[in-house]
Amino acid sequence: MYSFEPSEEQRMLVDAVKRYAANDLRPAMRDADEEAQLNMDLVEKGWELGILQASVPEEYGGFGERSAVTSVLAAEEMAWGDLAASLAVMTPGLYVLPLLLAGTEEQKQELIPPVIEAEWKPYTAALLEWKFDFDANDLQTTAQEDGDAYVINGEKVYVPFADGYEGMIVYAKVDGKTQGFVVPKGAAGVTVGERHKLLGVHALPLYRVKFEGVRVPKENRIGGAAGHDFAPILASMWVANAALAVGMSRAALEYAIDYAKEREAFGVKIGQKQAIAFMLAEMATEVEGVRLLTWEAAWKLDKGKDDFYKHAYLAHNGAVDMAMMVTDRAVQVLGGHGYIREHPVELWMRNGRGFATFAGLAMV
Amino acid sequence: MIDFEMPEVIAKQQYLLKTVADNMMRPVSRYYDEHEHEIPWDYIEFMHTAMKASGAGSLAPSEGGEKKEKKDRPRIGYQMLAFMIEMLSWGDAGMYLVTPGGGLGAAAVEATGTPEQKRRFLERFKKEKPAFAAMAMTEPCCGSDTAAIRTTAVLDKETNEWVLNGEKIFVTAGDKSLTPYEQLEPGFVVVWATIDPKAGRAGMRPFVVEAGTPGVKVTKLEHKMGIRVSDTAAIVLQNARIPFDNILGSPEVITDKKTTKGFKGAMSTFNATRPLVSASALGVARATLELLKDMLKQEGVEIRYGLPRAKMTNIEREVIDMETMLREAWLLVLKAVWLADQRQPNALTSSMSKVKAGEVVTKITQKAVELMGPLGYSRDFLLGKWFRDAKINDIFEGTGQINRLIVARQILGFHGAQLR
Repeated sequence: MYSFEPSEEQRMLVDAVKRYAANDLRPAMRDADEEAQLNMDLVEKGWELGILQASVPEEYGGFGERSAVTSVLAAEEMAWGDLAASLAVMTPGLYVLPLLLAGTEEQKQELIPPVIEAEWKPYTAALLEWKFDFDANDLQTTAQEDGDAYVINGEKVYVPFADGYEGMIVYAKVDGKTQGFVVPKGAAGVTVGERHKLLGVHALPLYRVKFEGVRVPKENRIGGAAGHDFAPILASMWVANAALAVGMSRAALEYAIDYAKEREAFGVKIGQKQAIAFMLAEMATEVEGVRLLTWEAAWKLDKGKDDFYKHAYLAHNGAVDMAMMVTDRAVQVLGGHGYIREHPVELWMRNGRGFATFAGLAMV
Repeated sequence: MIDFEMPEVIAKQQYLLKTVADNMMRPVSRYYDEHEHEIPWDYIEFMHTAMKASGAGSLAPSEGGEKKEKKDRPRIGYQMLAFMIEMLSWGDAGMYLVTPGGGLGAAAVEATGTPEQKRRFLERFKKEKPAFAAMAMTEPCCGSDTAAIRTTAVLDKETNEWVLNGEKIFVTAGDKSLTPYEQLEPGFVVVWATIDPKAGRAGMRPFVVEAGTPGVKVTKLEHKMGIRVSDTAAIVLQNARIPFDNILGSPEVITDKKTTKGFKGAMSTFNATRPLVSASALGVARATLELLKDMLKQEGVEIRYGLPRAKMTNIEREVIDMETMLREAWLLVLKAVWLADQRQPNALTSSMSKVKAGEVVTKITQKAVELMGPLGYSRDFLLGKWFRDAKINDIFEGTGQINRLIVARQILGFHGAQLR
């Protein structure tokens, strides 16, 4: 039975995240971006909202079960406040969710509770590589069997909070397939390199990380000896990316609408001109359309539908273009003022381009 | 709870309609396209019999039908209708418009009529022979600017009749609704007219004009770019007299010329029907995309999902973008009709769905012809026909531009005078 109505529980969570986004994240967004520094107290506050904890069953230290739909709703609201901080709050999910989705019982019992039961800590994952046509299903980083271990070699980029990481999932190619490996803190051969300087999300610490002959025990392969299917993990990354894009784009849309209702030109509000009004109408239509696309993909993930992978990809594909279109036009609606850093729209536009690259920085 | 599971009753309906589309529509699609104004009686009679057997007399979700549903079961009438229209339009968008049962005319009566009017006007759709009804809004002077219409309705107090004068054009199924074909029950047209030309919107009212009314004449059938099997009529009303009770909605509001309630009530009909037009558009879009993928497959081209854009072929990129926009538009339609079933306001989502669907169906059909090169442009396949059929969806039931205006007014909180 079709329904577009979140449950009572989801509404309560969304309301809490909305308040956090509006009262904590948004006011701190500009300074965080200028100083390339997140306020980690705010990240901790976001962590305490318990979005990830609610995705984890009690036996692994959480208090719920995984619902991609619920996480999408939360991610959307959070990204409305600030994308960089949202990605930070969601970073431990990059470590927990693959284990939850594909880990062995032992892996779940041993590795998840220390993350879930504590305060926010830099548990993270390394997927992206330094290639213009980076393909998550065709990695350069390799893991080779050697006795009772896998040996990982390669270089990763855009690894959140790699500096001082507590635990990391590293994706590498095994027999032509992408597989995740748990790399513990302090593993020999892991070298955290420079922090990236990027077009957007300045506040989020992302690093290059080198893996040179990094030996991890065989039981550190997600799913154990048989390994795991990467598709649900990648699909979850696409959907998370789409949800964040929707939330941030909605922020840009709302800002542009407010501006168009205030700013006057030729004796009327600029929103009274069709040239502006039509742009806004198309932006609103795209935000709503991609939002529904994302909800449906998340729902398919939760239900394990046969076509979840395709739909997750379509949501990601739609979100990449929607975010660029909406944030670009938000700047356009503000005209010269949009180009000035006193307004947030230029920041959103710089972040907006990032969704083409960000799949892999969050999961739902 | 957010849910995207298709109800079983819709799945069953779609299964049946797919066989109708495959067997009754596709095989004759090209024939009727090339024989404009020939009437597909086989299809009409089949659909009438089938709808009667299933208890659905009219295409509009009727109150009677809903009463039959158990009270604890959620309403899904508009959702079923959207799916039905999508599938029939997947078969042939022109023939879908030749489905008996009242179309937009019946929908207007459903949305704004009194119980007595509904009984009087909608009964005919349950009779032995099929019947049609139509909506007449556009005039030679004006289409999108509906408040400027010139057709007048003057009350003759002596006979208690409305006297209608004016000319209507672009009336979908106007011919089948008014002309006395022996295969059909007499139909009706919902004619928009003003009871006070100086009052603008406030004077606008819908009137039910029955077939056979003296002074009502079909004067022309248009020759169109596409959807050629569907008749598009011009109608002249010359001192056409209709009973007082044929004005739709409560007759009380007519005494207060300052209110635009009558106009707005009528406009709310469009909120209900707009996503249904979007659904029709997306049926054509899906048909096109499916045929395109089949043709590509025959040429040995498989679409790979999940690649970075830098690794895709141009065709993969185009097809995946088409699939993305089609799904996005369909979900907007689904939300709009779901809201209608929930009896929640859906003007914003309805217009969004129309903006998106009109754009998506034109883009997809145009791209498909382009991508298939000489094959696409050839009449050996239906791609070119669908290209022609598609374009009307960005025009009728509110052009893409009118719907952008409606969306913009809603999100900006401006009324019509502030954002023209």
